[in-house]
Amino acid sequence: MSAFRAAVVTFPGSNCDRDMAVALEQIGGGTVDRVWHAETSLPPRLDLIALPGGFSYGDYLRSGAMAARSPVMRAVAAEAARGVPVLGVCNGFQVLTEAGLLPGALMRNAGIRFVCREVALTVENNQSLFTAGYEAGQCIRIPVAHHDGNYFADTATLDRLEGEGRIAFRYAEEVNGSARRIAGVLSASGTILGMMPHPERAIEPAQGSSDGRALFAAAANALLTA
Amino acid sequence: MKVRVYVSLKPGVLDPQGRAIHHAIEGLGFSGVKAVRAGRLFELDVEESVDDAALDGMARQLLANMVIESYRIERVAA
Repeated sequence: MSAFRAAVVTFPGSNCDRDMAVALEQIGGGTVDRVWHAETSLPPRLDLIALPGGFSYGDYLRSGAMAARSPVMRAVAAEAARGVPVLGVCNGFQVLTEAGLLPGALMRNAGIRFVCREVALTVENNQSLFTAGYEAGQCIRIPVAHHDGNYFADTATLDRLEGEGRIAFRYAEEVNGSARRIAGVLSASGTILGMMPHPERAIEPAQGSSDGRALFAAAANALLTA
Repeated sequence: MKVRVYVSLKPGVLDPQGRAIHHAIEGLGFSGVKAVRAGRLFELDVEESVDDAALDGMARQLLANMVIESYRIERVAA
């Protein structure tokens, strides 16, 4: 079995890019290239693109807004359109919504405060390549660390996401005011996942939870058997 | 030429910052404020040749997030 090839995009201000690369390498057994935001192309034959957490461009304008317009994102959008899976975590999720690759927007937490703690999530959809390692309805614990995680979309969009099974994860507790407690959203194709919680920070018992491992393991399994 | 682009949250979109500012205003002892909505103002210094369509494009593609925000463009005499 050969390794899958992944790219982790690093923007100025990204700070979870290394953790993401480690999770992809150690759990998924992938070969990971780190790609700087100013690149206009991505490595060839990628199986997965990851947009990591952090504070790209200092969260100037809106979280993820500047990163979504950076040169590398044109290449990311082109690969995503070809069906290459994309995982955006935290700031990566914000970048995906700002880039229009996922619907909705991530607004300031309803309680104004930065929330940094482990939270309980419910797995809503376990049919995607990212979530197939979980049981539907399973409760998992993954940390969040964000100021702008309050998911917003208009009612019609929310209804469509629910109807199409595109809500991957929901908070099992009140965290940030997100509409319908949405914590993670899938694209219509099911190949793009954006989520505020950090699965890459929950891969070892020493981190308090290993519940994020199944996400990387499932993705690796799907990519290698595809 | 100076151009001002006002970006504000669409009606109905919850504005936690505006609400916190509202509370702070009340905390200072000012009464009679019914609601506060926070927004952004961008001042652009542009050449005369920059037309409305281009300004519109800048607002739509970057300055405002059209999912949650709306914008208003105002040309200001230099």
